[in-house]
Amino acid sequence: MSEGIIQPDQPEPIEGHAGDKDLFSKFDDIIALREGLLATGQTDPFNLVMEKVLSPTRAICNGRETILLGTYNYMGMTFDPDVVEAGKQALADFGSGTTGSRVLNGTYQGHKECEEALREFYDMDHAMVFSTGYQANLGIISTIAGKGDYIILDIDSHASIWDGCAMGNAEVVPFKHNDIEAMEKRLKRIPEDAGKLVILEGVYSMLGDVAPLKEMVAVAKKYGAMVLVDEAHSMGFIGEHGRGVVEDAGVIDDVDFIIGTFSKSVGTVGGFCVSNHPKFEIMRLVCRPYVFTASLPPSVVATAATSIRKLMHGSNKRAHLWENSKNLHKGLRDLGFKLGTEEPQSAIIAVIMPDLQQGAAMWEALIKNGLYVNLARPPATPANMTLLRCSLCAEHSEEEVGQILDIFEKSGKEIGII
Amino acid sequence: MDRAQVDAKIRELAEPFNKKGVTITEETTFQNDLEFDSLTVMDFVADIEDEFDIIISMNQQAEIENYGQLVDAVNKLQADA
Repeated sequence: MSEGIIQPDQPEPIEGHAGDKDLFSKFDDIIALREGLLATGQTDPFNLVMEKVLSPTRAICNGRETILLGTYNYMGMTFDPDVVEAGKQALADFGSGTTGSRVLNGTYQGHKECEEALREFYDMDHAMVFSTGYQANLGIISTIAGKGDYIILDIDSHASIWDGCAMGNAEVVPFKHNDIEAMEKRLKRIPEDAGKLVILEGVYSMLGDVAPLKEMVAVAKKYGAMVLVDEAHSMGFIGEHGRGVVEDAGVIDDVDFIIGTFSKSVGTVGGFCVSNHPKFEIMRLVCRPYVFTASLPPSVVATAATSIRKLMHGSNKRAHLWENSKNLHKGLRDLGFKLGTEEPQSAIIAVIMPDLQQGAAMWEALIKNGLYVNLARPPATPANMTLLRCSLCAEHSEEEVGQILDIFEKSGKEIGII
Repeated sequence: MDRAQVDAKIRELAEPFNKKGVTITEETTFQNDLEFDSLTVMDFVADIEDEFDIIISMNQQAEIENYGQLVDAVNKLQADA
């Protein structure tokens, strides 16, 4: 699920008020909620500025050196010397931007090299780079599932998946989060001859839990559905070659499309889809979010390609990141915090707060004590939980994880929740 | 199954979700009167789908605002199934 921290992932109809002239009146409830929270003297958790960024794990916020534990910068590639150098070189050689669509003047050598790196990384036939991960989901989903087709998806899917569904004309059928039986029941009831697309995520980013892909992909195939898996939060980290939960579960050859992003482990911005579908290349002409937008700047695709190639050989970093995840999970549990998963399943550890007030207060205590985490609150969160979402980095040292735990202990005691 | 039987069955399924004990008429709305949030809607719809062995897609759900419309939709879907 989402990075959209104050919005539900699934778009909800907004109630209009007849006779209102101000189109903004539909936002009055959320304006009031926000003002109410800030009136208590609470620092705005959604208005933080990183004044300086020192490394993948450190920044200056409010003049204070802060440990970053909420960046999705899982593999710490943002300051990798080779990655930075590739970007500088491309900026010098190819300029600051392409000023054009991929299908017109916006495909440079770097875009092709980036797609080649992705094909090698995933060992797949086709790779298509989008300007963001959001657009990759929006574009692929809305284009391949059309009128009369069915999309069967997890209710906790990311906002970009829901928006892709909303933009297309397919019938949309959600099922309960990670519930294999609920998914199968729905597939069984869909007309046999209808086109079917099952959409799953490897790691769900709210609680950091992993999908039972082995079972779910098998069920989808049993009913003749195509399968799309969003591996945004697992690339570079989960699976032997870092190809994601699909690789770890041994089903990568059975999925039709993998969607990913450059804005997490890869350490820049952009999105992609890889596939072995023999007709996949036609997507470049029919997928509107690919066609009707400018392509990524040359420096971005150069940093992405360099980073992806380095991630192929990142097994030591992967091992260290798992250690960090295990240590943080155990440490927080020992301190008495309630966590989103019983065992660490990814590089995301979600700390469940009793309510929004205490969650916001805890967030503020952490930032004042020098630690940044993501505050996630209803309606973006499952079951209306307030979460402090921690995402670890392979560049966090063992000592840093210890410091993080000390800050959690100090802050939790200040707020009185442990 | 006729409309009255479908109505009776859905009323039974709605009961555990109707926390405030609102009296349900044909005009009762799910969002305003019953105050169902999106998670409640999902669980309620799943129960109906399982009971009648049908699918009510989100596209169809978007057309349904009140209880009467739901009974009509389910009645039609189960007759077609």
